[in-house]
Amino acid sequence: MGKIRQRLYVIGILIVVSIISLLPRNVKMRVRDPDTGVMKDTTVRRVPINLGLDLQGGIHLALEVDQSKGPVPDCADAIQRAERVVRTRIDEFGTTEPVVQIQGRCRLIVELAGEKDPARAKGVIQRTAFLEFRITDMKGLFKDALPQIDAALRKAGVKSTGAAAPSAVAQLFGGDTTKAARDSAAEANLPGVLSALLFQGQLPGEFLVEEQKWPLVDSLINRPDVRSVVPRGLELKWGAQSESRGARAYRAVYAVESRPIITGEELVKAAARRDPVTNQSVVTFQLSHRGARKFSDETARHIGDYMAIILDGRVQGQPPVIRSQIGANGQIELGAKPLQEASDLALVLRAGALPAPLTIIEERAIGASLGADSIHDGIRAGVVGVALVILIMIGYYRMAGALAVAALTLYCLFTLAGLALFGFTLTLPGLAGFVLSIGIAVDANVLIFERIREELVHGKSLRLAVDDGFLHAMNAIVDSNVSTALTALILYAVGTGPVQGFAITLIIGIAASMISAIFVVKTLFLIWLNRRPDMVTLSI
Amino acid sequence: MIRLFANASYDFIKWRRWAFSLTGAIMLVGAVFLAIRGLNYSIEFTGGTLIQVELQKRVATEDLRAALDRVGLNGAEIQTFGSDTSYVIRARLAHAAGTAEAPTARAAADSQAVGAAVGRALDQSVGARQYTVVRTESVGPKVGRELQGKALMAILLSFVVTLIYLAVRFEWRFGLAAVVATAHDIVATIAFISVMHLEVSLIVVGAVLTVVGYSLNDTIIIFDRVRENLRKYRRQNLYEILNLSINETLPRSVLTHGTTIATTLSLLLLGGEVIRPFAWVMSFGIFTGTFSSIYIAAPVLLWIEKRWPGEDARGARAFGSRPAATPPVSAPPAGPSSPSARTPQPAR
Repeated sequence: MGKIRQRLYVIGILIVVSIISLLPRNVKMRVRDPDTGVMKDTTVRRVPINLGLDLQGGIHLALEVDQSKGPVPDCADAIQRAERVVRTRIDEFGTTEPVVQIQGRCRLIVELAGEKDPARAKGVIQRTAFLEFRITDMKGLFKDALPQIDAALRKAGVKSTGAAAPSAVAQLFGGDTTKAARDSAAEANLPGVLSALLFQGQLPGEFLVEEQKWPLVDSLINRPDVRSVVPRGLELKWGAQSESRGARAYRAVYAVESRPIITGEELVKAAARRDPVTNQSVVTFQLSHRGARKFSDETARHIGDYMAIILDGRVQGQPPVIRSQIGANGQIELGAKPLQEASDLALVLRAGALPAPLTIIEERAIGASLGADSIHDGIRAGVVGVALVILIMIGYYRMAGALAVAALTLYCLFTLAGLALFGFTLTLPGLAGFVLSIGIAVDANVLIFERIREELVHGKSLRLAVDDGFLHAMNAIVDSNVSTALTALILYAVGTGPVQGFAITLIIGIAASMISAIFVVKTLFLIWLNRRPDMVTLSI
Repeated sequence: MIRLFANASYDFIKWRRWAFSLTGAIMLVGAVFLAIRGLNYSIEFTGGTLIQVELQKRVATEDLRAALDRVGLNGAEIQTFGSDTSYVIRARLAHAAGTAEAPTARAAADSQAVGAAVGRALDQSVGARQYTVVRTESVGPKVGRELQGKALMAILLSFVVTLIYLAVRFEWRFGLAAVVATAHDIVATIAFISVMHLEVSLIVVGAVLTVVGYSLNDTIIIFDRVRENLRKYRRQNLYEILNLSINETLPRSVLTHGTTIATTLSLLLLGGEVIRPFAWVMSFGIFTGTFSSIYIAAPVLLWIEKRWPGEDARGARAFGSRPAATPPVSAPPAGPSSPSARTPQPAR
């Protein structure tokens, strides 16, 4: 009896782990904000099984560097630059889980789930990168203009929606301010709608916004009435990544001059290295003749100013300070920051420097309705298939068949949990593989039951026949499952996308079927035999 | 309890010549189809563009055809997909390009051009907003060639790995017999694909490999029993042992194939249009897999043991003769010569 209890504990643990892994969980997703249309991070509760593009609809693109107009010497570098650019632009899509990854050496895969318009996606991705250097707002003009901006917003009736204490005060007096519009003194005392959301950063012209609030701020600063009050010659540009200060995440926004002092067209080279003397990370860059002339004029006028490096409209990293006049060769010192950061920056500069056009070598766009149909059909086929299997098993093996069917439900649970636990993606062929492997999953039980029947025919006692049946069937079960798993592994190694999805479900299915068909069914058998010690004929 | 084929004692091996003829005939038909029509490769392999559209109302295929001709897509292929308002239009690269210029440079432009042209054709024939594009796929020739290479590689790799695994688990004679049976399955499945004119996509290649795994699984179950019986019944020759083992595993084969066919048939009938070629190949594969495990793997093993006798080659040399009255085999004696194969073998 103790043995059975141990087995039940193991099964119990497996079930609990499976159920926990399948419980709806908070998943961080990027979602398009319904009010502003800007992408933001939110947490969504959902069952953590990823659906492939063929099931949820979306666009899959494979891109390579265009070599038709002449060979590109280092395609791996070119594709890295392209990846950088595409990543920067990904926010333009309303995609919850964008995938941008380099496949092999020279190929870029972009997957945009839920995106419907391939032409738009291709347009955004294939646009050449635009790099520019701009001086930040050194005179604090934007900061001085903030009260005006707040006033403009107030006039437009925008109420502060921020949760911070000062804005709560603003809301409290929100009703009065419109009435007492002339009372400018009272107004000035109130924190403004926008200024309440901005924190002064370390550099002139740098402001920080809480990560959750940046879509809101973005919508505010893009209002035409706000734009008209922003000082002439200045623009606001967002930082490319969010940065954490303490426990909170912030997104930087920079007030920069509208006029770039130089653009990526003039950039020839950029490389990261570590200064052997100071042991600092450094990015060196080289400009063309025309660019060098322009750059030395500009930098001479802006010594001591900060220069924002903007790729596709997003400020990359923290703007460096201009120490001296720079000619054709410049360098950006990153201090004690890791070399990786320097390489990233060099990559950004190169990405803007050489517009390596990308060609699309493979494109798939699946409508969401087709994906939904596929899920619907797949589940229908699965339900019917399972019902037939259950019918056959119980009809033929009676009680023993019923035990196998009970194990089959655990098999389904384990397989789904395996998909969720390892973060694999369920594709349409994967769904087919799952349905198929249900048929194969009972094979182990069939082998065992047939063996038990044979042992019974040979005149063995019930108990012995069951034990020997399990024992003798093991060889065949292991051999056959390993051979199927081997072909599935090859499919996974060689295949792409959907085929890999099929291989994965097959492999997980085999593992799950070994557990359910052998271990679980054996346990159920032991319980059954213990309950009915006087049993003479086995219902098998 | 219900017992199907309990204590069955059919002489399966006896029918091997019939079996060879049958499978040979299937392959011959397949080869004829292959020679005349070739395989219907999907655009994944050939490169090209596929566009699936859902129409609001039914339109005659000829009208679509005419509209596509008007925009210059003469080579495009039109097929209904599931329902009669759902069409798949395929423009393979060779047809779509029309010219033999540098293919890589043209690929991207082609896919754009084909998409736009199909849009124009549909606007003319069906009317704008009367249709929705539910799926587009376009593959450049480079990717197509790569995928061809990968598919071939996958099949070859699975062969090698299988052979190694079987050589480790059994011995090379068994492994070779299993691989011959598996090769038969692949050829038979390709013949089936060719006759049915199924589209050969990556998923179908995946199905073929799954068939390989499944068939091998079946062969292994029988060989496993052969190995066991060879140890258990020291007095019987290999021919008898093979027949005995196939008969003993028959109930299992029937049951497992029953459940697997139940699932593949439900996939075939209910699983939707996209998965249908896969389901066809799987359904056929289960039949051929079962067939080859019994009629190809076992006779080939016998033949191999005859040519290169191993330690289990009991009586294999007398292959072609019939044992007189051993219990599991109830076949009448046949064959040209009959030196007694029943002479007790020394147990090694």
